[in-house]
Amino acid sequence: MTPTRKKRLAVVALIVLGVGAATAVAITALNDNMLYFVSPTDVHAATAPQDKQIRLGGLVAAGSVQRDPDSLEVRFTVTDGRHDVPVSFEGILPDLFREGQGVIAHGFLDEGGHFHAHEVLARHDETYMPPEVMKSLEAAGHPPEASKQ
Amino acid sequence: MSAELGQISLILALVLAALLSVLPMVGAQRNNQALMKLAPSLAIGQFVFLAGAFAALAAAFLKHDFTVTYVAMHSNLLLPWYYRLTAVWGSHEGSLLLWMLLLGGWMLAVAAFSRSVPRIFTARVLSVMGMISVGFLLFILFTSNPFERILPGPIDGRDLNPLLQDVGMIFHPPLLYMGYVGFAVAFAFAIAGLIGGRVEREWVRWSRPWTLAAWAFLTFGIALGSWWAYYELGWGGWWFWDPVENASFIPWLIGTALIHSQAVTEKRGAFPAWTVLLSIAAFSMSLLGTFLVRSGVLTSVHAFANDPERGLFILVFMAVVTGGALVLYALRAPRIMTGEGFDWVSRESALLLNNVFFTVSAAMVLLGTLYPLIIDFMGWGQISVGPPYFGAMFVLLMTPVVLLLPLGPFTRWKRDEFMRILRPLAVTAAISIVAALIVCAWLGSWSLRAVSGWIGGFWLVGGALAYAVRTARASRSGLARHQWGMTLAHAGVGVFLIGAAMVEAHTFERDVRIAPGETVEAAGYRFTLHEVAQVKGPNWRADEARFSIHKGEREIARMNPQKRLYHRGGQTMTQVALKPGVFRDLYIAMGEELGESGAWSVRLHVKPFVRWIWGGAVLIGLGGLIAASDRRYRKQRRQRAGAATASAAEATT
Repeated sequence: MTPTRKKRLAVVALIVLGVGAATAVAITALNDNMLYFVSPTDVHAATAPQDKQIRLGGLVAAGSVQRDPDSLEVRFTVTDGRHDVPVSFEGILPDLFREGQGVIAHGFLDEGGHFHAHEVLARHDETYMPPEVMKSLEAAGHPPEASKQ
Repeated sequence: MSAELGQISLILALVLAALLSVLPMVGAQRNNQALMKLAPSLAIGQFVFLAGAFAALAAAFLKHDFTVTYVAMHSNLLLPWYYRLTAVWGSHEGSLLLWMLLLGGWMLAVAAFSRSVPRIFTARVLSVMGMISVGFLLFILFTSNPFERILPGPIDGRDLNPLLQDVGMIFHPPLLYMGYVGFAVAFAFAIAGLIGGRVEREWVRWSRPWTLAAWAFLTFGIALGSWWAYYELGWGGWWFWDPVENASFIPWLIGTALIHSQAVTEKRGAFPAWTVLLSIAAFSMSLLGTFLVRSGVLTSVHAFANDPERGLFILVFMAVVTGGALVLYALRAPRIMTGEGFDWVSRESALLLNNVFFTVSAAMVLLGTLYPLIIDFMGWGQISVGPPYFGAMFVLLMTPVVLLLPLGPFTRWKRDEFMRILRPLAVTAAISIVAALIVCAWLGSWSLRAVSGWIGGFWLVGGALAYAVRTARASRSGLARHQWGMTLAHAGVGVFLIGAAMVEAHTFERDVRIAPGETVEAAGYRFTLHEVAQVKGPNWRADEARFSIHKGEREIARMNPQKRLYHRGGQTMTQVALKPGVFRDLYIAMGEELGESGAWSVRLHVKPFVRWIWGGAVLIGLGGLIAASDRRYRKQRRQRAGAATASAAEATT
């Protein structure tokens, strides 16, 4: 091998090594930061992981939103038409949070099947339904009318 | 009537684009001057008809023509005229029309400013861009026609999404698209070079100003989007690693690698094949971004109504464009020139490192963005990737970039020595550490993020200044434009870094319950709520909170955040109150009324140095524009023009 070739080989080897290392780190970081999406039916069937951060999605059950007048605590129920999950949250809800609308909550599930949300997301268009929520509602046999344009 | 004119204009633009994608290309292959000469005229014609179509849609909005479905869906009688105008690109169909209009604009610019580039080359470039136009025009006409009618039309429209009724929305999409679409020029140059079999330094020299300009616009567009999200979405964040943000950020990262690798290829002839690949990748990633945003496959703040058919079309189009380009690349790769060698320690190596870090970062963001799709596709469940993944990876990958960046411009081409590069910068390094420690002591902030942010920021700004001073001393004529541009952009990275580090380290954020007459203390500021009043706007009414803010005994601001209810659609929206400042922003967003007591939930933020984030980004973009305007590119083109006309004359005789 000529010296230039040797050098090129070294450069290529270094790059491959670096990219490999970066990929390994990336995959590890990905697995640490994966948030599983669960539906109320998953929670009921106890397939949802406990004490791990997850995303719960469904519709806000009509008439379920209760506010504590003296603090920022809110309680509501997320449903997919078959099963319900009680959710508690402290803070400010997004503008498009409404009863009967699709919602995604980030947080933890405790042993009693109660969901403690630290973030609640509703999307920015009144007719938009998060794709995961849409799928889980269809799976539960309740495709929502509001989500169709 | 105007809608029909718009439709006809679009069809005519398609016809011209189809002619453009065939005739000059054939002309270039057969060396037929007449056919090649058609390219600029066809590009101009296409632009005229695109502008006509765009004007027709704008007219439909201004005239409240609700028989046009798109207008009926996104406007109403109460919407002020300027938002009716920006509503043109407020949703899918119109934003594609804007995409197309801007592509036409870039083609017009290529036709106008490339007179000195050999005609055969311009003909091929415009022809390739014509092919891209055909794809997008077909897409618009068959899946996303903004001129469709509903008869009879409704009496009033549904209103534009209130989030988009904002000044940020006027400029964000056009700038972002200017960048996205601008990479089509670099792409077309690369393809034209491959077809002509002459991927040489000249090709890169012609391509550089276009790439720099597109990259600068993309920088502005992303910065503006970040600023808009900051004050409009009411969460107070400046970057969310949202899939759609990532979709614009991936082309930016690739573009950053591209402008640096172009420098090497133009100056030294090294890694030409890599530069071609990056040119293809930058535009492919722009298309991927368009696909991700428009198909609605991802959960995102930008994902409005979605349509899988449209997604499929873009996916196929992207496969054709990227696949075709890569096949051509594979066929022509042996004919691409090989570059000159270089040493371990050299400017070439430094820029190679830049490219490694930026392309790996782009791949990392791409992986995180597509990972949920892959997992879902494999049937392994539905997941999303949390922002900490992106944050951690990005800091990891960009730390070496920040540390090495000031060394780059001081490094010589071909071969250099470490000590020679480090010596003049040792002082800069020492000064930046001391200065950072003084600033941190003065601010009283000793968090790791803040301290490293200040050190890195001073190191980058100091390194850029040191380079400028040394270069100015060494040459009689001072700094050339491209050197000014680089200095500004590199200093901008430092300014950005300081802003980002301070915001991440010291943002004060609290959700509170507050009733009229009460005061809440936050980060040394006292926020007093005086009353909540009712106010009215053209198409909304709102609860408006009246706050006064004191620091010590002094009143420093009065702020009036609103909770708006829009009449049509009944959508509520938070209108944030901001008190911007060079060293901190005060930020109030209203939550909701709590019970009958008159108390409200309110979100208070104090964000130090947040403006530096966008200030830095603006410096980076300005640097790009200044570099793009360098006379060097034009001067050398003029010399080449002489040679080209000579050779063209030979060819015709």
